[in-house]
Amino acid sequence: MIATLAFYVFAAVLLGSAALVVSARNPVHSVLFLILAFFNAAGLFLLAGAEFLAMILVIVYVGAVAVLFLFVVMMLDIDFARLREGIQRYAPVGATVGVILLVELASVFGGWQLLPQSAALRGAVAPAAVSNTAALGDLLYTHNVLLFQIAGLVLLVAMIGAIVLTLRERKASRRQSAARQVAQRVEDTLVLVKVGLGAAVTEAEFQRKLPEPAVAAAEPHGGGHGHGGTHAAEVR
Amino acid sequence: MLPVSLGHYLAVSAVLLVLGVFGIFLNRKNVIVILMSIELILLAVNLNLVAFSATLGDLAGQIFAMFVLTVAAAEAAIGLAIVVVYFRNRGSIEVEDVTLMKG
Repeated sequence: MIATLAFYVFAAVLLGSAALVVSARNPVHSVLFLILAFFNAAGLFLLAGAEFLAMILVIVYVGAVAVLFLFVVMMLDIDFARLREGIQRYAPVGATVGVILLVELASVFGGWQLLPQSAALRGAVAPAAVSNTAALGDLLYTHNVLLFQIAGLVLLVAMIGAIVLTLRERKASRRQSAARQVAQRVEDTLVLVKVGLGAAVTEAEFQRKLPEPAVAAAEPHGGGHGHGGTHAAEVR
Repeated sequence: MLPVSLGHYLAVSAVLLVLGVFGIFLNRKNVIVILMSIELILLAVNLNLVAFSATLGDLAGQIFAMFVLTVAAAEAAIGLAIVVVYFRNRGSIEVEDVTLMKG
């Protein structure tokens, strides 16, 4: 009884928040309703006995994917009002397609039935003694270990792909170049002037040679110490 | 196993899928909401798999649902990365402008 009531509550909130995800005016609200939808879907999973998937749904979807969405929505400075311009134009088409799809799905769901021997055709019968998580683990690490590895590979490729896509080499930043600092020789920065007894040192002798203009534009002299105001223009 | 019949779960997931498809049509310009709609569609698929798995007592459906979840997470990460790069290039995320990028 309580489980049935919980099912209806979870289902109603799930569908309501899903409707608000696609129709909210502000995408930040969309993401928050998406999080609510995921939580309620996790509740439905729990009711169906899939505890591990429910927890995974909360952790992976709410903890990672939805927060990623939130992060991107808030990071990008998007003019959301302009993005909603054609919404009245697209709504009838979308509603038509949606209604047709729903009618088709309803007709399919109304007419199907399970095979009589379907119980014998099960690939991985859920064991009664162990918990859902342990049973899934038993199945995942034995029969499906190759799929598990491939899933890990997919995630690795996605991670590398996301990094490669968004990595941006900043030309203007002035980072320390360790190699340049180590390769610096004494002669590059220091000029030893032998001063004769009683002789004067002219200015031209001890002043450091100015770097050539082309080189100076590319790299500041002094390997990491070039914080001079003369480079302020090229920083930006 | 199930507090309510399989048909209830299938109805919920069907409506969820239709809402996701409707969202793609409704927000044709906003890539982020389209990605969220795709997440909703995949969630409906997962709900279907879990409901059948619970009804039949077959754990393979839950294994499938887990892999669907993995792929959905990867898809969201890549999709959002593409959105970020695209926003850097164009200053907007309108889907219709993407055709301008063809080489």
